[in-house]
Amino acid sequence: MTALPTAPISAVFSPLGDHAVTVTVGDSIDETTHRRVRAISAALDAREIAGIVDQVPAFASLVVHYAPERVGGDPAESPYQRLVGMLTQVLAHVGDETLPAPRTTEIPVCYGGDLGPDLEDVARQHAMTPRDVIDIHTAGDYLVYMVGFMPGFAYLGGLDERLVTPRRTSPRTAVPAGTVGIGGQQTGVYPLVSPGGWNLIGQTPLRIFDVNRDEPALLATGDHVRFRAISLAEFTAWRTP
Amino acid sequence: MAHTVTLRIVTGGLQTTVQDLGRIGQQRSGIPVCGAMDRLALRIGNMLVGNDDGAASLEASLVGPAITFEQPALIALTGGDLEATINGTEVPAWHAISVPAGTTLRAGQPRVGCRSYIAVGGGIDVPLVFGSRSTYLRAQFGGYEGRALRSGDVLVPGVPSARSGRIADALRESGAAAVPARWSVSSSLRPRYSDDPVVRLIAGAHYDLLDDESRDQLGAGTFRISASSDRMGYRLSGVTLSLRKPVELLSEGVAFGTVQLPPGGEPIVLMADHQTTGGYPRLGEVASIDLPLVAQLKPGDRLRFRLVSVEEAQQLFLAQERELALAQFGIALRHPRGTT
Repeated sequence: MTALPTAPISAVFSPLGDHAVTVTVGDSIDETTHRRVRAISAALDAREIAGIVDQVPAFASLVVHYAPERVGGDPAESPYQRLVGMLTQVLAHVGDETLPAPRTTEIPVCYGGDLGPDLEDVARQHAMTPRDVIDIHTAGDYLVYMVGFMPGFAYLGGLDERLVTPRRTSPRTAVPAGTVGIGGQQTGVYPLVSPGGWNLIGQTPLRIFDVNRDEPALLATGDHVRFRAISLAEFTAWRTP
Repeated sequence: MAHTVTLRIVTGGLQTTVQDLGRIGQQRSGIPVCGAMDRLALRIGNMLVGNDDGAASLEASLVGPAITFEQPALIALTGGDLEATINGTEVPAWHAISVPAGTTLRAGQPRVGCRSYIAVGGGIDVPLVFGSRSTYLRAQFGGYEGRALRSGDVLVPGVPSARSGRIADALRESGAAAVPARWSVSSSLRPRYSDDPVVRLIAGAHYDLLDDESRDQLGAGTFRISASSDRMGYRLSGVTLSLRKPVELLSEGVAFGTVQLPPGGEPIVLMADHQTTGGYPRLGEVASIDLPLVAQLKPGDRLRFRLVSVEEAQQLFLAQERELALAQFGIALRHPRGTT
């Protein structure tokens, strides 16, 4: 268990249409803001508030999706006003919550070759060897700030400044699922085959997203991630049942 | 009377998918809600055939399918008008229809709107994926093998409710051919589809970032639905909007109906298969009550926006919910237990 901010969290509420509300707690990507978002998310999970159907934690905000017809309270007020009233009460006590200890997930990656066609190019751009890129990438401790954009896609923070690499000028039309890339200050793993403009440095044999699992997304907001280099033989063995 | 009904797809049409009210509660894993584009049409179709209003139905887009019902079935067509015929005869939308074995339903080109819903007594029975039968085309899961229907596919509905059985029995008493019911839901519940609607919009988080002229344009301009529009979103063209100054925003949650402004200045309306998060400025969200009007727009159609408050949008939505509940009650009264 980790301690949480004890001061009440100040938040701004704004309607996201008539079925959702955005709760904004900051305007930057940093761990303090991230922990506030997680604390609110955990607090909402712990209480069953009538009408809330879904929530989407992000870098500095959390969207609460709700069914207006199921929100309790004084019918003289709109469902939006009533829900904001309830959320305000929850936020006043969020300092009392405890966050679950973060999970750390290790992601094996076969770097370079056909699985990471841009590894050498990234190394060249930073005047280092491909081995250096792998060493720096696997040394990092990454934090999942949020999941979104596509099923199971984790936005990771913590990329070493030495590996910050601009996106490719012409995106690829189909990047295979499991491909590990660097795009600007971000690094991450494509959960599904999709178009992509990141520099592709390797591939994991793990399924980042699998609709047949109880937890389809391997990574959740708040998780820590480490990458570990594996050989092509290990990668192939992993994929062979 | 229990029997297994099978639906044989003769032709799939342009894009016919299994849809319900969507996959709720998985957005934090990045899984979109999906479900019917026109949720009101799906719900009314289900009510007409005695289903729960969230049962899975078929959503046909632009060019409809041809489907043979190999056993007698109770069906209803709602939503856009795709010139549907049964064994060659045009059939009314928004009515329950009892169809005999061997009936072929053919949907054609859009006359009004572009998405038609085919509800079947018992609902379309495909495996639940995270609580929903809706098809997510992009990641290829849910619905019928995660894809649009095509020739040769066979669908099996679930077990019809007792009410569905009573509705079907009452219609079959009146003849052997396809029989539409004489009753329906109140016409005030049916959306007034148009190829040039005024759509109510709730101002969004970044509405105030628009420059003065763009704010006027958003309320007064006529937007055209561009060709690159699909179940994920509609690109609008014809009016270019700009912000007072450029902004860098952090990605965060978005909603069905969010109007985003990408750097090019032509807005995008997020639709049923929208991504769970987005990073473009959000000008507003379409009021839920008007989402069916947007869902029925096809490339080339137009729309205008009119701003409303979230309170007014919710009042309109709640009033519609009450009317739907009354309609459901009316159908139940018409088919009481112990009658056929």
